[in-house]
Amino acid sequence: MTFPMEELSARELRDGISAGRIRSVEVTRAVFERIENFGPVLGTYISTYEDKALKTAADVDRRVAAGEPVGQLAGVPVAVKDNMCTTFGATTCASKILENFHAPYNATVVEKLIAADAVIVGKANMDEFAMGSSTENSGLKQTVNPWDTSRVPGGSSGGSAAAVAGRLCFAALGSDTGGSIRQPASFCGVVGLKPTYGRVSRFGLVAYGSSLDQIGPITRTVADTALMMNVIAGHDPADSTSVDETIGPVCDYLEKLDEPLVKLKIAVVPEFVAGADEQVQKALSDALDIYKKLGAEITKIDMPHLDYAIAAYYIIATAEASSNLARYDGVHYGHRTDNPKDYVEVYSKSRAEAFGKEVKRRIMLGTYALSSGYYDAYYLKALKVRNLIRGDFTSAFENCDCIVMPVSPTTAFKIGEKINDPLQMYLSDIYTIAANLAGIPGISIPCGFDDKNLPIGLQILAPTFGEEKLLRIAGMYEKETDWHKKEPSICK
Amino acid sequence: MKNLQYKVIVGLEIHVQLCTKSKMFCGCAIEFGAEPNSRVCPVCLGMPGVLPVMNKLAYEYAVLVGLALNCEIAMFTKWDRKSYYYPDLPKNYQISQYDLPLSTNGCIEIPLESGRTKKIRIIRAHLEEDAGKNLHTAGNFSQVDLNRTGTPLLEIVTEPDMNSGEEVRALAVELQRMVRFLGVSEADMQKGHMRFEPNINLAITKDGREYKTPIVEIKNLNSFRALERSISYEEQRQLDEFLDTGKVIEMGNKTTRGWDDEREMSVLQREKEEAHDYRYFPEPDLVPVELTPEWLDDIRSRLCELPLKRQMRYVRDNNLSDYDAGVLTADRSTADFFDEVVKAGGEPKRVCNILTQTGLKIANERGCGVNDLGVTPRSVAGLVRMIEADTISASSSVPIFEAMVETAKEPEVLAEELNLIQKSDAGELEAVVDQVLAENPGAVEDVNSGGKKSKKARGFLLGQVMQKTKGQANPKVVSEILARKLG
Repeated sequence: MTFPMEELSARELRDGISAGRIRSVEVTRAVFERIENFGPVLGTYISTYEDKALKTAADVDRRVAAGEPVGQLAGVPVAVKDNMCTTFGATTCASKILENFHAPYNATVVEKLIAADAVIVGKANMDEFAMGSSTENSGLKQTVNPWDTSRVPGGSSGGSAAAVAGRLCFAALGSDTGGSIRQPASFCGVVGLKPTYGRVSRFGLVAYGSSLDQIGPITRTVADTALMMNVIAGHDPADSTSVDETIGPVCDYLEKLDEPLVKLKIAVVPEFVAGADEQVQKALSDALDIYKKLGAEITKIDMPHLDYAIAAYYIIATAEASSNLARYDGVHYGHRTDNPKDYVEVYSKSRAEAFGKEVKRRIMLGTYALSSGYYDAYYLKALKVRNLIRGDFTSAFENCDCIVMPVSPTTAFKIGEKINDPLQMYLSDIYTIAANLAGIPGISIPCGFDDKNLPIGLQILAPTFGEEKLLRIAGMYEKETDWHKKEPSICK
Repeated sequence: MKNLQYKVIVGLEIHVQLCTKSKMFCGCAIEFGAEPNSRVCPVCLGMPGVLPVMNKLAYEYAVLVGLALNCEIAMFTKWDRKSYYYPDLPKNYQISQYDLPLSTNGCIEIPLESGRTKKIRIIRAHLEEDAGKNLHTAGNFSQVDLNRTGTPLLEIVTEPDMNSGEEVRALAVELQRMVRFLGVSEADMQKGHMRFEPNINLAITKDGREYKTPIVEIKNLNSFRALERSISYEEQRQLDEFLDTGKVIEMGNKTTRGWDDEREMSVLQREKEEAHDYRYFPEPDLVPVELTPEWLDDIRSRLCELPLKRQMRYVRDNNLSDYDAGVLTADRSTADFFDEVVKAGGEPKRVCNILTQTGLKIANERGCGVNDLGVTPRSVAGLVRMIEADTISASSSVPIFEAMVETAKEPEVLAEELNLIQKSDAGELEAVVDQVLAENPGAVEDVNSGGKKSKKARGFLLGQVMQKTKGQANPKVVSEILARKLG
């Protein structure tokens, strides 16, 4: 280690590089040194791009030296989850079926990172096609938790979260369909934001559950998340579901970040939270005490339909997934079976050989839910539940600024602990799924450690397009605590 | 057999390719006959991570057809995914419309032989994307061309309201003419712009009891002729089958047959209607379309008088034959041009003759429309007026029209230049007639002798006068002089 990078946030680094005080090439080299040292243990990256990254870094340094303008992420080493298409390297979705897939285009968010002069160091590991809560479903490699390498980093954006926590990059992009940014951020002790559905373009994000998927940042600090949002948020004509900015304007999320909210009203859902681990509940109530100290008013609310969120989610997400993943058929690209006897076998064998267990399970669940005769009982019913949950949030937000709850009922669990019990694994998404169903933004911020020194996350949910407020509320807490400054021993 | 009566019942499913420049959900150009897989992009190739964006014009075209078909237009319509696995369908689902199509409950009038029309009800018309093409010409394996993938298709479904091959053909032709008039499709059968899938069965009354034969769907019909023939063929085949087996319609016994154009017969493709489960569900990558009254009005303003109505108007108001009116209304540019010439003062019947006999012939040779010949409606009207005024002969209109196309000069100028102004001055012509009579005493004798030879000799003398005047004499005037001189 030639550079004390753990002391710097992405924003501070960006400021240092832009001002010519720090050279991006030096930082990038240091990051790759760490990747070399800790990458094999942590298993964060599926692929890395050292030459390309150093070239970008050198270019930024040269432009800074020449007094030319540089972007918002000038020279900052970042990671991208491997379900976002890049013209460089493969975009695998951690699946054998796409192991050698090279996208002919960049995802819109990747284009935006490049335009902001970010240095993309690598593509992060994940659960195959973002299906999972532990990154154990990766078809390509195992990622471990930097705080305890016998434990999972969470998922599905486990590689992104572990890379940020392990200081193998300064910020990362993840995607969140049912908690896949917030839960690994929580498990790894970093900040993770799932923006409002439609806030960030999904173009180039390999779809899992299209009506739920949303790209968001994973960073060390709330300010870094705000900075990343400044780069990636906004309407994209290539994504019809991205929100028209006349309806949901994008703002500078850093501008008012340090202004605390006066008369902040926080709601909690006591009955819903009762099922969480005691230490998680304790961390939550401690966090609420801090907010109280800051003048916030805490109210208790009831959200009657949240109990049905998991059931509805696993119908909608799998139904969409069964259709989204139909294209991986061995005909046009990706893995193709050897010597098929006819075209039907090209499909059946290619898919049987290259999809992992969990992906197959979800494709089958979704196919079943959409089958004629079952559609009304499952899919349609799930959509109705989804509307009821949306309604619960709408009425709740009439009387509060945000809702606070845990991110996950437990801290990071052991590798192998839940992998053979899919239902238990699904239940660990209980607190995160509702935000995806309702399309609202949610953030996970570090709020303590359990007795095994594993990070605990605090989840804050805000109304649609409430990112600015949400970040400010998160920032208020972060300023009062130093959980986010703790680093896993592996970093030292 | 006395106790047996039957009626064929046909409903049609028609796919019409819309003539937008780009595809339904991406910016790729639509081009027939381009090199395989050269008109594709990540979106229509269904690559990981891509998203569709609706082609607004395709939607507007579809609504326009919906309006022309007297449909109810949905103010809220959405997209659905229809799932099935096939190599020419890269996503293995087709973006289509399921329970909320953009238009429903319409009807179309079709002309019958009798001169009357029949109303055929339309169940729905909706938009979807086309698939690619599988090519089986490469030996041991098949190839896929995805140029066509994502082309906007309008699917129109009729009620089973047709009762003969002629009616089905009439509907197909009428629809072709309609979409061409609206400018929303080239409707070129040879390029597969229109594809028909009839559902056919028979209602049989035998010994006072009613029977219905199992429904047959016919595929691979790529001409109006094949469409019409397939129905006559099925009519007979189903009757024979019924008499042979007594099989009647029941759940799940619909079959699919392919049309063999060479042998002119249908061939069984699928015995039982496979329990197709397309697993429709709303397309999450596209937002529903909400049509505003203003937008609908804007689309409605692009409607025009439809061909059948126009054809009937030409017969009724302009005294044209049904055939001529049909030729003029085969495409909109011809009909519009005709209307403009008439408006500029051309007598409709003569205008029709010039356009159908000369104008369309030149246009066809040049592969353009009559409106693209560089001849203005005003000049054509002028040409017609010259015929009416006997300034030129009807037959002279052909070379003058040709010259108008070539030179863009006015017909009055060209008639002079080409020496095609008719000579109608009786005094001047009388001198020529006298000369001809003097030079041909034999013929004069033949005329005077009466009988068979007389008529022929008159014709000969008239011909001589025309020759001497280089065709410029008005034949009517010459005939009169001849009649007077020869008695």
